[in-house]
Amino acid sequence: MQTTYESSAPSLLDHSLQLRWSLPVLALLAALPLLASLAGDTFYVGLATRVLIFALAATSLNLILGFGGLVSFGHAAFVGVGAYTIAILMQGGVVSAWAAWPIAMLVSAAAALLIGWVSLRTQGVYFIMITLAFAQMLYYLVVSLKAYGGEDGMPLAGRSSVGAGIDLGNDTQFYYATLAILVAAIVLITRLLNARFGHVLQAIRENEVRMTAIGFPVFRYKLVAFVLAGALAGLAGALLANQGSFVSPALMQWSQSGMLMIMVILGGVGHLYGGVLGAIVFLLLEEFLSHYTIHWQLGLGAVLLGVVLLAPNGLTSLFRRKGAAT
Amino acid sequence: MNTILILEQMLNGLQFGLMLFLLAAGLTLVFGIMDMINLAHGSLYMVGAYLIATIAQATGSFWLGLGFGIVGATVFGMLLEMTVLRRLYQRDHVSQVLGTFAILLMCNEGVRMIWGSQPLSLNPPAALSGPVELVTGFYYPAYRLFIIGVGLLVAGLLYLLIAHTRVGMQVRAGAANREMAMAMGTNVQRLFTAVFGVGAALCAVAGGMLGPLLAVQVGMGESILILAFVVIVIGGIGSIRGALLGALLVGIVDTAGRTLIPPSLGYLVGPEAASSAGPAVASILIYVLMAAVLFFKPRGLFPTHG
Repeated sequence: MQTTYESSAPSLLDHSLQLRWSLPVLALLAALPLLASLAGDTFYVGLATRVLIFALAATSLNLILGFGGLVSFGHAAFVGVGAYTIAILMQGGVVSAWAAWPIAMLVSAAAALLIGWVSLRTQGVYFIMITLAFAQMLYYLVVSLKAYGGEDGMPLAGRSSVGAGIDLGNDTQFYYATLAILVAAIVLITRLLNARFGHVLQAIRENEVRMTAIGFPVFRYKLVAFVLAGALAGLAGALLANQGSFVSPALMQWSQSGMLMIMVILGGVGHLYGGVLGAIVFLLLEEFLSHYTIHWQLGLGAVLLGVVLLAPNGLTSLFRRKGAAT
Repeated sequence: MNTILILEQMLNGLQFGLMLFLLAAGLTLVFGIMDMINLAHGSLYMVGAYLIATIAQATGSFWLGLGFGIVGATVFGMLLEMTVLRRLYQRDHVSQVLGTFAILLMCNEGVRMIWGSQPLSLNPPAALSGPVELVTGFYYPAYRLFIIGVGLLVAGLLYLLIAHTRVGMQVRAGAANREMAMAMGTNVQRLFTAVFGVGAALCAVAGGMLGPLLAVQVGMGESILILAFVVIVIGGIGSIRGALLGALLVGIVDTAGRTLIPPSLGYLVGPEAASSAGPAVASILIYVLMAAVLFFKPRGLFPTHG
């Protein structure tokens, strides 16, 4: 059975990196700091870094929301846990990224393990709400941590150090580090989705009852996916804390979880690049509209509503429809 | 810690719980019957409160404001249903979240454009501004008693409507099995619009009642929306009875937690740490309650479907 499985053509459950157009985009992203400095406006490097970090967070949410069918409404909690881990470690004198970032991922993964273990017992809307409940608990926990800034948040001494001549304090180098991490995460997620684990996960999304009946340990698969997504969100949080050199409970507010969900839905649930596209469009739209008018939320709302009514499966479905037509 | 304080907190919890129930009732019906996640429900509450505050200021009468504000919010809710929300019923929860979040953003910004960012003030009617002596030595604000009365009255009316009328029967049938209700000849489209109108009216009542206690401002809908969701999840989605029980539980636990936790923490960790951590710990309490309920009863206390 395993051999026919391997030799068959890419199945519906396989996802391609679509190098034909993702490589040019990557080239463009790699050239961005250069273009920005030619244009004399390095502000855009910071904005682009922020977009890439949120792309990582949204992609990690898409792993469970899009491919596992788990609508988690508390994903920002893991981002926040990662960010706070960095901040607390830095206050304790741990500045090396090689130590702090993996620890941030581990702590977020541990939080996801505990939360997922309880939450995954519920289904559907109840799952949405219980993940929200846990995220709110972590939010208020952080607010109550007066030693770490409480409601006001706390500033970091600086960015993590990596050694080897790389200075993350330099915005351009930090941008490249973020880009490298995002690319690595996407490649890893693709490999994971095309492996047996990813196929089982997507099959569970399609028909959980049948997968249980066949004998797959459905709960364990969902939990592992949840923990992986939590760890990646923790990494995004680590990057976010580094970029702003500041952490605050606002990172973990429920509206942040909502925003990550919106990004994934906007980009395309269950599309490999859904999270990335959603983050880019959402944040650029926000940036653009807020320059244009103070009532930018009205425009943002109108655009989001338009997407829901006109592109039911997110923006990536527009590309797909175009591709199918030609 | 004496009996009067505890009595007062119980009444406060009851009052808050009943107002939560008004919000949760509409939300749970929309959720249960139309299977629709409506993040914009809090916006109806906000719009209702703004309309009531504006009309009350213009006419100088709280009651006129309340009456016209409720009518206005009902019309607004029904228009919203007929123009946009109707298109989202058949879609998955994820699209509904995105769509209603968009409406929430637009409502917030629309209100900010019309009324500005400054909070509006809404004064309780003069007749209800004083305290009332309930038991000898125990004074309680008359306005809060009035809120409790209104909450109980509306809950009773809603019970009569749902349990003893033909429309109520159709609503219950819709919550239990939508396809079957449609097959038996219920005009679902009209029913949906009506349910939405009732939900909006209940939101406006809650907005008008809480307006004088909390601030009438942009974003007032979001924080209370989360609580209303907690309530309906605890109660079981689609169940009015569950919403009432859930609302009272959340109202009392939240209010009692805010009063009782800081002093009791004081015994454990000292007054200084308690005063800083207390409010946050109290805020966690209702989420712990919800997680505990879902842990033991994954479909809420009164599951309606299947």
